[in-house]
Amino acid sequence: MIFPALFFYLFSGVCIAAAVMVIAARNPVHSVLFLILAFVNAAALFILLGAEFLAMILIIVYVGAVLVLFLFVVMMLDVDFVELRQGFLQYLPIGAFLGGILLIELMLVLIDWTIGPNVQQTIAAPIPPAGSAFNAEALGQVLYTRYVYFFQAAGLVLLVAMIGAIVLTLRHKPYVKRQNIADQIARTKATAIEIVKVRPGQGL
Amino acid sequence: MTIGLGHYLTVAAILFTIGIFGIFLNRKNVIIILMSIELILLAGNINLVAFSAFLGDLVGQVYALLVLTVAAAETAIGLSILVAYYRNRGSIAVEDVNLMKG
Repeated sequence: MIFPALFFYLFSGVCIAAAVMVIAARNPVHSVLFLILAFVNAAALFILLGAEFLAMILIIVYVGAVLVLFLFVVMMLDVDFVELRQGFLQYLPIGAFLGGILLIELMLVLIDWTIGPNVQQTIAAPIPPAGSAFNAEALGQVLYTRYVYFFQAAGLVLLVAMIGAIVLTLRHKPYVKRQNIADQIARTKATAIEIVKVRPGQGL
Repeated sequence: MTIGLGHYLTVAAILFTIGIFGIFLNRKNVIIILMSIELILLAGNINLVAFSAFLGDLVGQVYALLVLTVAAAETAIGLSILVAYYRNRGSIAVEDVNLMKG
């Protein structure tokens, strides 16, 4: 079976190349597009691992919503990106130094590791054997029963993020006339009407 | 030529390093920094899903789902802070963010 290995190298290679282009591209719009490419290839890697539901979530939620939001913001802000690129080479040595150290450390971890002997006994929710249940079904069986509080907490996180985003970006311009329903309802006859008695021959 | 857990962990480690490198490289551009954070979180997710698949435990995928939620929330908040900041200052350069410096 050479095809899984071939596809693994294809997807991971494209993913890493796209990730390099994200941080190296001159134009931020190109960066966002390369980030989309990286995420799509990561979704393909998830499919190779058998996590179809997460792969679809990654494409639909991430590529479809979050990265398009990035694209909106990049295109909406009229920023001089050439100016922001200055100092790129200045930070290159220290960045390469720290990144190299980090990569070496991670690779040292990867060279020598074993899975603990007791791991097979401590599995909390085993993946059902192939053919008995779909990945989404199995994930739902676990997520909505045993981890339902975590699910609710994730919903709360999204709610707080939504409220925060609205609070941060909503602004009322003072010169725009808006309908204020509370003011309209609070009007009474006494506050709305002023009766002026006009005397004959004198006017106001 | 079988693909083992180590292959996936290597990909994740490289992605993580690229993310860290990107934060250093694009010190002035908040948008690229946010994208680098996305890359770092993606590397974490690949790790979680790879361990979940190779150990046969679904909880890793549940946790990856929660990480995705938090990443989406973080992106939304980060971008709205960016938009609010751009409205006030007309620039998104990180070096200008020093109003609260003592």
